[in-house]
Amino acid sequence: MSATVSPVPAAARLRRRTAGSWLRGITIGVVTLVFALPLVWMFAAAFKTNVQVTDPSVGLWFSPTLENFRNIVEAGQILRSMGNSLLVGVVSTVLSAVIAVPAAWAVGRFGMHRTGSLILVARIVPAISLLVPWYYLFAQMGLVGSYTVLILSQMFVSVPLIMWIMISFFAGLPVELEEAARTDGLSAFGAFRRIALPLAAPGTATASLLAFVFSWNNFMFALIFADDRTQTVPVTLFNFISYASTDWGGLMAAATLITVPVVLAAVLGQKYLVAGLTSGATKG
Amino acid sequence: MSTTEVSPARPAAASGGGPAPARRPRTFEQANRRLKWAMLTPALLFVGLMIVFPLVYTVDLSLTDAFGAVNAGKGYVGLQNFADALGDTRRFWPAARRTLVFTVGAVILETVLGLALAMLMRKPFRGMRWVRTVLIIPLLTTPVAIGILWLLILDPTNGIANHLLAGIGLPRQEFLGSVGQSLPTLMLIDVWQWTPMMTLLLLAGLTTLPEEPEEAARVDGANGWQRFRHIVLPMLGPTLATALVLRAVDALKTFDILYATKGAGGGSDFEVETLNVYAYGLTFDYQEYGLAAAVLVLFTLFIIGVVVLLRRRGGRKTA
Repeated sequence: MSATVSPVPAAARLRRRTAGSWLRGITIGVVTLVFALPLVWMFAAAFKTNVQVTDPSVGLWFSPTLENFRNIVEAGQILRSMGNSLLVGVVSTVLSAVIAVPAAWAVGRFGMHRTGSLILVARIVPAISLLVPWYYLFAQMGLVGSYTVLILSQMFVSVPLIMWIMISFFAGLPVELEEAARTDGLSAFGAFRRIALPLAAPGTATASLLAFVFSWNNFMFALIFADDRTQTVPVTLFNFISYASTDWGGLMAAATLITVPVVLAAVLGQKYLVAGLTSGATKG
Repeated sequence: MSTTEVSPARPAAASGGGPAPARRPRTFEQANRRLKWAMLTPALLFVGLMIVFPLVYTVDLSLTDAFGAVNAGKGYVGLQNFADALGDTRRFWPAARRTLVFTVGAVILETVLGLALAMLMRKPFRGMRWVRTVLIIPLLTTPVAIGILWLLILDPTNGIANHLLAGIGLPRQEFLGSVGQSLPTLMLIDVWQWTPMMTLLLLAGLTTLPEEPEEAARVDGANGWQRFRHIVLPMLGPTLATALVLRAVDALKTFDILYATKGAGGGSDFEVETLNVYAYGLTFDYQEYGLAAAVLVLFTLFIIGVVVLLRRRGGRKTA
């Protein structure tokens, strides 16, 4: 089963306001602030002048400036990198889903545990031990720096991730619907395409969204395989640290640009992302 | 998980001659057997070609003296690279120790804090949706951006962290600027980023638990701690074990944030160089492909060892 958090039936308990529940509310509030404030600080710093960024007594009240964003956009690389990240993320996710969703259906329907454990292996193995041989071969073929290699290497992560999530998702769908469709004369593939696939749309969306986010964030693969033309946002951000370590404002603006899409995804798709991140964990 | 294994085909239902109807009523599983393979093949090919093959190649490379240009020749040197790695007390063993310290420290803290937070958030409350949204943001944020953000906060001279410490009368800290404090600081950053993952995993596990045993214990007069210790915790065992394995595997492989904050080699004195960072440096900075492959083989065995250990432990506890 994919794990969705359902409200405990006794919603009436919410009303009971004891000292304990106040304490609980305050604790949850404080914890939430601990997780939120560092990011808020980063967003705020992106709108500060460089003098303000390095003065910790300037808190969250200041007159914001867009200068940092103007500077990094004018420098050129960041928008190009965002385009590259978008391209690599979308293509690798779509290709991975096309391969992984049907396979996950097959595994989920027939309980093929050996294939399932192959995916676990893919999750355990350190990515560099895949990258070293591939780098070795791609370098000999002169392919390092191409989008093809970036997309293929991202699929190391995306294919196992999507399969991992979708196997448990398909296993949670009632097989009877597909059997009924078969009885009504649908071909086996038809049952998959017309019954299972539409029902699995939320799962596919979740898995694809996560795969895209992990691609967007991936640093190591791009560090190895990208060149100046194809570099993605994390690498651009990393290069900012080395070359412009004093330009905190620009650094924070770049970090903000890369984080905003992720925050948007989190706010809009919270329920699905939580289900995807925790899927497969409650089976033991 | 559905365990409808492919049952042995009913004897030749479709192979009989005669005017068979176009579509014979066969069972769902039989009809789908060919389709199953058609659907699995692309993924299996991909996993085989892109993941299994490189692993085999890594093992092969670890037995060679591959070095320098990628199309330079290489000769087999037996287990020499493994001997070199295991005899290296300057880089390899310290890196192995740091990998273990980082993982054990961070994952223990994340488990304890994550479990506490999950218990706290177990009963629904107003604003739960927003709290969960805030919790998933650190997990999904680019690790390089997180590294940069903490570099600013923890900057020894201009950071807000030292400003706050001074405010409550504590001495200034060097954090990532010092050799001694770098690894502990990065562990705490890891705890900040990944405790929410533990919380969400355990929260998902908690919602699947039946309520009756706890109610029964409550009726019998067990207090909150006793119910947690003797009812909830044992029932949560399998989820806890899985969450530990997932988090430990990822923590062992931590790379981005270490590399982004401390650079190549894990700093001037290799102070945050873990096995992953070490293997990366060997390959891409020193072109020591053979030695790097040997380190990776050892590292992979190390990870598998941890997984097996945790699984066995988890299994025994819940048995």
